Amino acid sequence: MTAARDAGEPLAGREPLIDAHAHFLFGDTGRADWADVNDARFRAGERIGVTYHVASILGTFGFSSPTYFPSPDDVTRGNDAMLEIAERESNRVRMFVTVNPNYTGHALLEIDRCVARGAIGIKLAASRRADDPLLDPIADVAADRGLPVLHHIWQHRRREWPSQEISDGADLARLAVRHPRARFILAHIGGGGDYAHTFPAVVDCPNIYPDLSGSGADRGMLDSAVAALGAERLLWASDLTMCTGLAKLRALHQLGLSADDIADIRWQNAVRIFPPRSFPRCPALSASRVSLPSSPR
Amino acid sequence: MIDSNALIGPYPFRHVPHPDPEVLVRVLDRERLDGAWVGHLPSAFYRDPTPGNAELFTALRPFSDRLRPVPAVRPDWPKWEATLEQAASEGAPAVRAYPPQWGLGPHDSSMRELALAAGERGMALLLTVRFEDLRQRHAMDTAGDLSAAAIRSLARAGDAVRLVVTAASRDLIEETHWGLTDAEQRRVYWDISWIWGPPEDHLAKLFRTVGAKRFVFGTQWPLRLTQTPRANLDLLPDDVRSLEMADAGAVCAAAARRVGAVRG
Repeated sequence: MTAARDAGEPLAGREPLIDAHAHFLFGDTGRADWADVNDARFRAGERIGVTYHVASILGTFGFSSPTYFPSPDDVTRGNDAMLEIAERESNRVRMFVTVNPNYTGHALLEIDRCVARGAIGIKLAASRRADDPLLDPIADVAADRGLPVLHHIWQHRRREWPSQEISDGADLARLAVRHPRARFILAHIGGGGDYAHTFPAVVDCPNIYPDLSGSGADRGMLDSAVAALGAERLLWASDLTMCTGLAKLRALHQLGLSADDIADIRWQNAVRIFPPRSFPRCPALSASRVSLPSSPR
Repeated sequence: MIDSNALIGPYPFRHVPHPDPEVLVRVLDRERLDGAWVGHLPSAFYRDPTPGNAELFTALRPFSDRLRPVPAVRPDWPKWEATLEQAASEGAPAVRAYPPQWGLGPHDSSMRELALAAGERGMALLLTVRFEDLRQRHAMDTAGDLSAAAIRSLARAGDAVRLVVTAASRDLIEETHWGLTDAEQRRVYWDISWIWGPPEDHLAKLFRTVGAKRFVFGTQWPLRLTQTPRANLDLLPDDVRSLEMADAGAVCAAAARRVGAVRG
């Protein structure tokens, strides 16, 4: 794939590619360079060959309330900005609506409001542990409306960490067992912590789909994920480091996966778990790839 | 292009797939890299790295056209000067040291002596900021990251010093670089294995401010995906894409002497 650049080809080829975990910034995040960072995501996305960025904004990213404990007002401001980006860039951006489950009423209203304007999933940061009952009404709505929930995860939670009420794969698995009709995206197996703990923690939950994003690019991580969960459970994503995202795409080709397995990770799994017609620039799935895994591997 | 930050051997805190020199050579071919400077990963955690160095020299000998040994020298250990001499005689372009793992503080005088002695023999001193993300470390892995203060102290030790600092991120690079004089800055090279690309574009920002010539290619194989630094270079914005990093052979005399012997 590296030779593609000089020929003007996307570095990751022309097959569809859905980034299932992306973020954008906006003016209220307190960063003078917020627009440059957004532009850089689009620039790198074009160069890699990203077909769709499925993105969220986590309140004001710490500027007026904490990133992982955003106030209701900041949640709304961030979602408003994300709606504006998704509507302006409708050919390549889709939206997760961010909610803070400590404010149930506000969270449910935000989901209603943003889904009505095109949001296709729900983003939960680290405002409440994943197995907390306060997440149940959100998971119920997600199941009823077919919206996947992207949940921020620390791989193997061994203690509390500052500025977040962190969850790990085992925490998310308890929520997923309570809500078998809902679909959960386990965030960034390369995003910190011990991913080797995550795979056995979620293997028996076929409604949990780990994404590959994060700055962590350990050798052995992708091999272990595929061996434990299968390609039909994994989603390609970049989060905050698109360089490691491209590196992981290239590394997947070294694992000996079939073309269908790679397509599953690149885009087909995303097409299956997000609401129908979320990604019109992706081709229709073949009949053999339409169904979701229904039982543990 | 040379990978300045490769290792062989197992890692004590997690399984690493086939960390063997013959596999590394295949990876270099796949990634179109000419050669690699190779350390011995377990030696970072040995009290006495001498046996690990012997294993390194033996393991790399069949691949001497591609893989150059970078043995570890512990400067608070008796007769460390002999280890340094042996490294020079084996054609090492650099020697590795692990101050946090060995309990040597940021202003340890023996580290400054080692940096100078290596430099006077034309060899670089290769330092490792981290092996793993802080968030995933084993409960027994309590050494901590190499500090900017430690790097600044070594860069200030004398003009002979040449440092290759691996696995540093943007904050530490900036904290070090802008705390040195122009002359001291020219003694320090950084590998790009732990610097992030877009959307934050840390590598591009460092190329614009610190300068591309202060950076060398490095992967931290076998711990991390070899594809990451190449992907980072491929994603640079247009204004810095054509800038050239330093060739590892330009870092110090020992690297330059033998670089012609490495294929490519």
